[in-house]
Amino acid sequence: MPKRTDISTILVIGSGPIVIGQACEFDYSGTQACKALREEGYRVVLVNSNPATIMTDPETADRTYIEPMTVPMVEKIIAAERPDALLPTIGGQTALNLAVELAEQGILARYGVQLIGANLEAILKAEDRDKFRTAMQAIGLELPAAGYARSLADAREILKHTGLPSIIRPSFTLGGAGGSVAETDEEFDERVDWALRQSPRHECMIEQSVLGWKEYELEVMRDTADNVVIICSIENFDAMGVHTGDSITVAPAQTLTDREYQAMRDAAIAIIREIGVDTGGSNIQFGVNPEDGAIVVIEMNPRVSRSSALASKATGFPIAKIAAKLAVGYTLDEIPNDITRETPASFEPTIDYVVTKVPRFTFEKFPDADNLLTTQMKSVGEAMAIGRTFKESFHKALRSLEVGHAGLERPAVPEGQEGLEALWRMIDQPRPGRPWALAEALRRGVSQEELHERSHIDPWFLRNLAELVDMERGLEAASVEQRVAWLRPAKQAGFSDARLAALWNLDEAAVRELRKREGVVPVYKRVDTCGAEFEAHTPYLYSTYEDECEAEPTDRRKIMILGGGPNRIGQGIEFDYCCVHAAFALREAGFETIMVNCNPETVSTDYDTSDRLYFEPLTFEDVLSIAELEKPEGVIVQFGGQTPLKLAMALEQAGVPILGTPPEAIDRAEDRERFDVVLEKLQLRRPASGIARSFKEAADAAARIGYPVLVRPSYVLGGRAMEIVHDEASLANYMRFAVKASPERPVLVDDFLADAIEVDVDAISDGDLVVIGAVMEHIEEAGVHSGDSACSIPPFSLPQTVIDEIIESTRRLARELGVRGLMNVQYAVKEGEVFVLEVNPRASRTIPFVSKAIGRPLAKLASLVMAGQTLTELGFTEEIWPKHFSVKEAVFPFVKFPGVDTVLGPEMKSTGEVMGIDSDFGRAYAKAQIEAGNKIPESGRVLVSVKKQDRGKIGEAIQEFHDADFEFLATPGTARVIEALGLPVEAVAKVGEGHPNVVERIEAGDVDLVLNTVEQDPVAVRDSFSIRRAALNRGVPYFTTLAALRAAAGAIRALRQSSIGVKALQDVHPASEDR
Amino acid sequence: MTLAPPRAARLALADGTVYRGIAHGAVAVAAGEVCFNTSMTGYQEILTDPSYAGQLVTMTYTQIGNVGTNPEDDEADHPFLRGFIVKELFDTPSNWRAREGIGAFLEREGVPAISGLDTRALVRRIRDRGFQNGVLSTDPGFQDDAELVARARQVPSLEAQDLVAEVTCSKSYRWTDGGWAGVSGQLPSAPAPDPRLRVVAYDFGVKRNILRLLVDNGFDVTVVPARTSAAEVRALSPDAVFLSNGPGDPAAVEGVREHVRELSQELPMFGICLGHQILGLALGGRTRKLKFGHHGGNQPGKDLATGKVAICAENHGYAVEADSLRDAGEPVEITHVNLNDDTVEGLAHSERPLFSVQYHPEASPGPHDVRYFFDRFREMTLRHRAGETVSGAQIAKGS
Repeated sequence: MPKRTDISTILVIGSGPIVIGQACEFDYSGTQACKALREEGYRVVLVNSNPATIMTDPETADRTYIEPMTVPMVEKIIAAERPDALLPTIGGQTALNLAVELAEQGILARYGVQLIGANLEAILKAEDRDKFRTAMQAIGLELPAAGYARSLADAREILKHTGLPSIIRPSFTLGGAGGSVAETDEEFDERVDWALRQSPRHECMIEQSVLGWKEYELEVMRDTADNVVIICSIENFDAMGVHTGDSITVAPAQTLTDREYQAMRDAAIAIIREIGVDTGGSNIQFGVNPEDGAIVVIEMNPRVSRSSALASKATGFPIAKIAAKLAVGYTLDEIPNDITRETPASFEPTIDYVVTKVPRFTFEKFPDADNLLTTQMKSVGEAMAIGRTFKESFHKALRSLEVGHAGLERPAVPEGQEGLEALWRMIDQPRPGRPWALAEALRRGVSQEELHERSHIDPWFLRNLAELVDMERGLEAASVEQRVAWLRPAKQAGFSDARLAALWNLDEAAVRELRKREGVVPVYKRVDTCGAEFEAHTPYLYSTYEDECEAEPTDRRKIMILGGGPNRIGQGIEFDYCCVHAAFALREAGFETIMVNCNPETVSTDYDTSDRLYFEPLTFEDVLSIAELEKPEGVIVQFGGQTPLKLAMALEQAGVPILGTPPEAIDRAEDRERFDVVLEKLQLRRPASGIARSFKEAADAAARIGYPVLVRPSYVLGGRAMEIVHDEASLANYMRFAVKASPERPVLVDDFLADAIEVDVDAISDGDLVVIGAVMEHIEEAGVHSGDSACSIPPFSLPQTVIDEIIESTRRLARELGVRGLMNVQYAVKEGEVFVLEVNPRASRTIPFVSKAIGRPLAKLASLVMAGQTLTELGFTEEIWPKHFSVKEAVFPFVKFPGVDTVLGPEMKSTGEVMGIDSDFGRAYAKAQIEAGNKIPESGRVLVSVKKQDRGKIGEAIQEFHDADFEFLATPGTARVIEALGLPVEAVAKVGEGHPNVVERIEAGDVDLVLNTVEQDPVAVRDSFSIRRAALNRGVPYFTTLAALRAAAGAIRALRQSSIGVKALQDVHPASEDR
Repeated sequence: MTLAPPRAARLALADGTVYRGIAHGAVAVAAGEVCFNTSMTGYQEILTDPSYAGQLVTMTYTQIGNVGTNPEDDEADHPFLRGFIVKELFDTPSNWRAREGIGAFLEREGVPAISGLDTRALVRRIRDRGFQNGVLSTDPGFQDDAELVARARQVPSLEAQDLVAEVTCSKSYRWTDGGWAGVSGQLPSAPAPDPRLRVVAYDFGVKRNILRLLVDNGFDVTVVPARTSAAEVRALSPDAVFLSNGPGDPAAVEGVREHVRELSQELPMFGICLGHQILGLALGGRTRKLKFGHHGGNQPGKDLATGKVAICAENHGYAVEADSLRDAGEPVEITHVNLNDDTVEGLAHSERPLFSVQYHPEASPGPHDVRYFFDRFREMTLRHRAGETVSGAQIAKGS
């Protein structure tokens, strides 16, 4: 069937900010879908509140709305754009839920918008667990025994049939939010309560535990002619009970006979038909009893998903792109397979390699969170690796993770826990670090059988691990002469040079030299969807150690771009955005672009983004091998975050040309002692500081500067291990922790500038001309990590003289350091004085936000500058001062981590960001808050509890709330302050000082907004913890800084004056299209 | 762990390429045509598929042996392939149905195998240059490259070898087993329909799953050797005749075509794979050798009557030339094609109750998407038995 001609405008909904369970895989799928639809001549209208996405680039869609993803706002967009159809299946759970609401509220019908891809009935049938169960029973498939609860009493009734342990799954949440496993009655009650609150419909499913069963996923596609194909099968390394996003997963399925696999395939096809997903991709999960092969259906996602992004990268089959084409009426046999060109998309990919995905966790940022892995997703990113065998692929995936492992090193076991017990803790229950614990148990002689019994991991995987441990023994025992013979087998099993160096007590360079002398070098194979049956025209490559190399490097002018690896807090989609921009700009400028990355969720690892894609770990060894083969004229290291930057110096020393700012300049900016020399020369102010390599040095520095001080290891991103310490005892504590966090780097001790305003500047320099991208004024005061702080372009309160001084300082810094490309500088402004906090001569997290605020693609411009063009040639010679305000707000994962405090500090904790654009600051801030999920009330009760230092400063904000008819509740000390202002206030007891106390009032629903500021001291933080947590649990918006409250007051004023409108990015920057 | 591989093996191609690897299974020197299969599951079914007689089979998927072997998944009593070529072989199985590791299986069945070579390079060579002959040696006394290549060059071409004679049964037998009972939780299967029909199945190297599915579709099955005469078949008074899959060059199969031609005048007939090619030849058509054939479970087959695309298991190195049938004056329609290269995959007679399919509706291994051919065979046979004039083409069009 040809494409539909009865529709011309299609609304695409993105997935909003990056949160746990919904990351940049939806930028990948959304971008693909938008491109595919425009290719077919449709007008695409896009809504997504996340500026750090390629899909919200003004070039990706015809009309781009970076606006709140709420029903009223999307209705305004629909009214303005009058789309014929809505594609709800490529923006994750957010888009699907929003589409359901728009349909159920009659808005789609009112404007004549039809759902394409999946209709309302199909979505509800797949998403509503009860309907899904009924549908599965109708076609004769089985699910784990379960029942459906809307109250704890319901749940207890169901438990009588299902028994403990029990799985608890809330309805309509993403990433399994609120899902858990209960082993006891007490746990059951507690977790059901939590799950009910997490579900937007206040319902959850109580399910028979199939813990320990094998878990599989199939990615299925269907077209309008009812042709169905399976794109990929995935087997989880971790048994049932761990969310698939937190499991190590492997493609294809490894331990099914054909009969068992086909039974699953038949079931998957019957499911997609029964649910009635018209076209596109779905993900279906199955559990298989290892004892008798019994199959249960776990769930179905009637949309593209994290797994479909993984499946696309694992097979080379672009699921989202094809899904978009199917949604407009094409059938699979009408769409060509891009990779083979000669065959159609109506086939099932077959692969001749093994793909391993490993999740990346960030528990080090949430020390109070339980790191037990359950059915609620907790990982923040993932790395994927391709190898010809599982062993090779697994090994490559582990080193791609960048968690300090080059392979299966012995895990660090806490002192006094050298026995097996610490290992069993990670094996009996799934926790991060399991692969290393399993390997160590094997080393210590634990049998594979016992490991299987205790972990339920399939014996086939354990056997592979055992073979790796055996090989490690052989490697260790090999004499110097024997090593040569070991090289090839070890490399084929995926051992890294660094790991071999450790086993042989050599340095990595010596292993590399030995290997190259012996001709043991990697070859590159192509990902071709077809097991080499047809020629691959797309250079999508991975390394292995075999005979034939298929890389076929060209002799074109080429530039290699190093990506950012797995997402983590502090290094996420923003950096991938920059890498993608570099690829686009340089390709357009006539270069061959070569991307290296190992993150399957990203746009950068779409084989379409660059001319050549190497899906490889971002380690020195792997990157250098590619550089040696491709011989690019330059490598871009400043776009992928800290990951590639860390490699810059070593690559340069190995003779690889680094483009842009030289590594030497990067070191001058990052090395504190060298940077102090720079500042002195330029006569720029910085907070009093010191450098410490021991506790004594730290204590001396702190005494000299005066407490509180800000301490942190050098060379980190995302404020890793950054803390404000108030006395010597906490400093001593910190030094033990920090030195462990970063053994080779000194610790920096800075004067903490309390109540200062932080300012971020992004600038671009061609070595001669420096142009400021934007000056961003933070809303939260200094002390909150810049990634966690909201900020505004242009500044909303800074005097022009301060802005001018900041701009001039930035220019001088860029020139002095010899920056070529992007640079980010952070300043603090205290009492009119400007202090330089740090300089990062690289792309920053704010580049996408700034680019969208000013309507100029800074990363593209910077990549062209690095490739030799001047800013004058590029026509970017002057700062742009937009007439509108743009506000960025951070989004946090606290809801996924029960027991974790939500107070903000110097350690970054946010996973994503949103952007609000409007004509004044208040409205832009209001939009950003709505987008971030803070439902700012326009009236109601504010609970105020502030620290002593803030009591004198709350007057203005409190008056504003009073003027807006808000009522006040306050803890006794704060209540006295409000009374003194002559305003009515109800004093409420602190926790432990009477009833009903503040927490009980929040839980009772008496509070609409919380302001809670707290001293930077552990006791105060602990005492007020329950207030913040209660607000989070009740979904009450809360502010932990006074500055944010002031901004919120402005936002409320703006909201009350008139309702907010929508505006397409193309109208905000009318000139941006002829760029 | 010791480093030196316990046993060395080599694979030499007629073009002079030699691959080195690790030996598994039987100690032997095996010669044959090197082909590759792209299925990611079902190596046991592939090992025991008689259609691979005369061939050295390369698996493109790299992790082989993971689920061991079990008695249920055999497609014949014994393997007929000459040798087995894989990237990595796992001797210790992990699957609830496994009874024996693949190494032990290969050794017991006398099949030599090689692992550890760059199988993707080998597959690309075959893809680019077409089928070629090769020699696989796991014999420690026969590991010299030049000798192996010389031997590979002497391997007779598959053309002109009647491999069916090697794999067909020696005498006729009744087959009564139905399909696999399956696992708890799989889709329910339909009960065997009534009334029972009698089919004679020509064994050119028949896969058991075809027989099982015939039984499940209500046929009482008598399997007969390839060279059974039309008269002998007639004596069994069947309602229909089935032509099975099998190995090698259809044109080289002797003593079959004329009997098939004769029976095709009087009985409903359904052919799969080699059976499809033999029917084509019997009707006066020609077959040709493909460059490297279709071997895998992911091939797109389009049903021209419905426009639907099914994912099919295929395993063939030859194809029927459609035009040749028309040239021969037979009113035959093309019902199915392979969308990758437009090869003819299905034929139906416009006047008589005959149809055939190049791919494998019985799968095993592979997807079950085209099992409907068995239903069509049953329907055609029933209607013919009821005295209706029915043609294969009518059935293919659902009329």
